[in-house]
Amino acid sequence: MSDVDASPALQARIQAAYREAAPLCIRGGDSKTFYGRESSGDALDVSDHRGITHYEPTELVITARAGTPLRTVEQTLQEHGQMLAFEPPHFGDSATLGGTIACNLSGPRRASAGAARDFVLGCRIINGKGEILSFGGEVMKNVAGYDVSRLMCGALGTLGVLLEVSLKVLPQPEAETTLSLQVGDRQALARLHEWAQQPLPVSASCHDGSNLHVRLSGTQGAVSAARKLIGGDEMADGVRFWQRLREQQSGFFAAPQSLWRLSLASDAAPLPLEGKWLYEWGGALRWLVSTAAPASIRAAAEAAGGHAVLFRGGDHAGAVFHPLPDALMSIHKKLKQAFDPKAIFNPGRMYPEF
Amino acid sequence: MEQAAGVDTSALLRQLRAQLPAEAVLDQPEDLHPFECDGLSAYRELPLVAVLPDTLEQVREILRLCHRLQVPVVARGAGTGLSGGALPHRHGVLLSLAKFNAILDIDPRRRTARVQPGVRNLAISQAAAPYGLYYAPDPSSQIACTIGGNVAENSGGVHCLKYGLTVHNIQQLNVITIDGELLTIGGSGLDAPGYDLLALLTGSEGMLAVIVEVTVKLLPAPERAQVLLAAFDDVVKAGQAVGNIISAGIIPAGLEMMDRLAIRAAEDFVHAGYPRDAEAILLCEVDGTNEEVSEHILRVRGILHDSGASEVRTARNDAERLTFWKGRKAAFPAVGRLSPDYYCMDGTIPRKHLPQVLKTIAELSVEYELPVANVFHAGDGNLHPLILYDANKPGELERTEAFGGRILELCVEVGGTITGEHGVGMEKIDQMCVQFEALELQQFHAIKAAFDSHGLLNPGKAVPTLHRCAEFGAMHVHKGELPSPQLERF
Repeated sequence: MSDVDASPALQARIQAAYREAAPLCIRGGDSKTFYGRESSGDALDVSDHRGITHYEPTELVITARAGTPLRTVEQTLQEHGQMLAFEPPHFGDSATLGGTIACNLSGPRRASAGAARDFVLGCRIINGKGEILSFGGEVMKNVAGYDVSRLMCGALGTLGVLLEVSLKVLPQPEAETTLSLQVGDRQALARLHEWAQQPLPVSASCHDGSNLHVRLSGTQGAVSAARKLIGGDEMADGVRFWQRLREQQSGFFAAPQSLWRLSLASDAAPLPLEGKWLYEWGGALRWLVSTAAPASIRAAAEAAGGHAVLFRGGDHAGAVFHPLPDALMSIHKKLKQAFDPKAIFNPGRMYPEF
Repeated sequence: MEQAAGVDTSALLRQLRAQLPAEAVLDQPEDLHPFECDGLSAYRELPLVAVLPDTLEQVREILRLCHRLQVPVVARGAGTGLSGGALPHRHGVLLSLAKFNAILDIDPRRRTARVQPGVRNLAISQAAAPYGLYYAPDPSSQIACTIGGNVAENSGGVHCLKYGLTVHNIQQLNVITIDGELLTIGGSGLDAPGYDLLALLTGSEGMLAVIVEVTVKLLPAPERAQVLLAAFDDVVKAGQAVGNIISAGIIPAGLEMMDRLAIRAAEDFVHAGYPRDAEAILLCEVDGTNEEVSEHILRVRGILHDSGASEVRTARNDAERLTFWKGRKAAFPAVGRLSPDYYCMDGTIPRKHLPQVLKTIAELSVEYELPVANVFHAGDGNLHPLILYDANKPGELERTEAFGGRILELCVEVGGTITGEHGVGMEKIDQMCVQFEALELQQFHAIKAAFDSHGLLNPGKAVPTLHRCAEFGAMHVHKGELPSPQLERF
C-alpha cells in the first residue's frame, strides 16, 4: 500500500462527529482491540493514513503517520542498523505505529531501555473538536509547552486521534546473547537485583517459574565479560525466545483463564495469589494467569506499590484498568474534557467514567 | 490569565500568619529582595509576600488560602533557573520549598531515591554513591539546583543523549494542587494506571501543581568513563563528525562542541589545554563496562580522524579526563570574563542544520554588533549561544534580547525548538507564539484549566495568551523586521 495523507478526510469526519456529538471508535490495524474496555461508536479507520514522512538515521529520529504498519517502521530502521528500543509487541501482522503509541505497550527491553513513552519526541493529533495540533518535534530536547506527546501514550485514543508520531531510535546492539539459569522465583528476583545494581549490559529478563532467562546486549567484549559473571547456559534460540515472549506466543499465554498484567515495585516478594506467574522487567512486570477474584488481585498489586490490568480474558465490559483515587479521576475527567469536550473518542475504553 | 491587583493584602498576611510561624512569612522589602529574580537576573520583581513552610500541611493550607482569596502563587526551589520561571508575581505569594531538603529514603535494591523537592540535584548522587548508584540528569547548576525545580523544568545536562532528561529518570511525584488536594502521580512500578500525568507534570513550570516529593530512579555508576578531545579547523567538519559517530552505532555519554571564541575563553580561564587555534573542538565521552569503553574509544578515535580532525587526544587518566571537562564546564563563567554580562540562549535544532545556523548566528552577531560564543550539546542538538553585552550601556540589553529572539526563531525555522532544557518561563513567552499555532496554545490553556481553573499557579509564564501573541506579532510587523515571513502568524 502506498503512502497516503488521509488527514483531511479524518478531520472532516471528526468535525462532523463533534457537531453531532456522535461517538467514534478509533481503529488502526485491529491488532489490539482486545486491550482495554469495550467501547462503542462508529468505526474511524486510521489505517489508510500511512507512510514514513521523515527518517534521518544520523539524527536518530523517525517520523511516520499513525497508520503506518509497525513492521514497515521496524524494517526501515533495521536496514540502517537501528531499532525501536522499547521493542513493542505487535500482537498481529496488521499492528500500526499509532496503536502501539496509543497503548504504550513495550516489550522485553523496557526495563533497560525505556517504554514507548520514553521515545516519543513529538506528535500531530486531531483533538475532539476536529482541530489538527502539533506538539513536541523531531529534536531530542524540547521543553516548550506541556508534554502532550507523552500524554498521548497509553491514552488509548481517548484524548485525540494520532496523525503522526516522531520517535527517537537507537542503534542495534553489536552483540546479543541469552543465558538460562535454573532457579526458583525468589532466587531469580535476588539475582536480578544483584545484577541491576552493577553496570551490566542486561537488556531483558524473564522468569517462567523454573528458569531465569537473561539477555545481554552491547559490544562483543561487554557481552562476553558479563556472560562469565552471570553464568548459566547459553540459549541456542535466544532471538526466537524473546520474540515469542514479546508477542505472547509461548505456552504460558495460551492458558484459558484470565491474563493479568501486574506492574509492581521490582523487589516485591512473590504475591500470594492463586495461578501461574511469569516475570519480566527485572521483577517489575508480572503476568498472572488466574481465576482469582479481581478485587484480590488488585489489592495485592496495590500493596506491592503497583497496579493490575485485566489484559486478556475476563469481563471487558467491567473494570479493566486499575481504579483511580477520586482526586486523580477528577483530573482525568477534566483533561478528557479539555481535549474532547463532547466525549466522542473511544468512550469508556479506558474507564467507564469517560 | 493575568491576575488583577485586587488582593486583600492585610487579610492574606493575617491568615498566612495564622497558619505559619512568624519567621516563615516575609513581607518586608529587605526580606523579599533575595527572591526578586532567578538565574535570569535581567527580570526582577518583588512578591507581595514570601512564605517558607516546612510541613506538607502548611503547603496545603497556603494553597487553599490562595485559592480562596484568588491570590497568585509562584513556587520556587533554589532559583537557579535561566528563563525567569520562578520570577515572583507582584500581587502574589512566593512559595519557597527550600526547607523541604530531606532525602527520605535511598533504596539500593529498587534503585530509587525518595526525596523532598528542595534537595539539591548533586546531593542525590552523593547520597547514592555508597551503593554504587547515581542520579543521571546533571544540569550544569547541579551543585545548587533542586530536584523540584528539575522536575518543573524537565532539566537535562550533558549526558541526556544516552541517559535521558528528568522525565526519563523519575518514577513518582507527590504534588499538591491549587485547591489543596494531595495527589500521588506514578508509583513504585515502571508505569501507572491512567494518563501519563508524570510526563504532563514534568516540565510544566509550576503551572499545574506544586511538587512536594519526588522519587527518582538511580543507575549503577559506570565501571569506567573515558573522554576524547578532537580539534577541527572547520565547524562543519566537527558537526559531520558527530553524525558519523552516531551513524556508527555509538551513543556517547556526552558529546559537546565549542566554537573558537568559547575555546579561547575557556582556555584563558582554566587552562584545560585546549588548542587555541582550532575553529571547533569536540569532547566525546564514552562510558560503560571496561571492555565496552576500550572498544568504543578505539572506534571513535578512528571516526574522528576520518572526519578530518586535525588532532585527537585521549585523556590518559581520570585527572586528565576531568581537565578536558573542566574547560567545557567553565565555559559560561569563562565567557562571562570577556564581557560585563552575557545572555545564554537554549535552542535545539536538528543537528544537520548546525553549519547553517552557526553561519546565520555569526551574521546576526555582526548585524546587532554583539559578539557571541557557542557551546553546543552536540549529541542532542541543544545549542547554547552566549551573547556578550553590557547592561550598563543604554539599549544594549534590548538589542541582546532582540538578537536572542532572532536566534530562537531561527531554531524554529529549521525544525527545532525555542527551548531545549531551560524552559519558557518569562523569557521565551513571546517566542512561544512563533513555535505554536493559536489552536495549540488554546489546547495548553485548556490543560492548565483542568488543574487550575482560575490561573493562580505561576500566572503569565510558560504559555502566552493569544492577546499577547497578537501584540508580539504586530510589533514585529510594525518594525518591518518579521524574521521568518514563511512562518504562519496569527
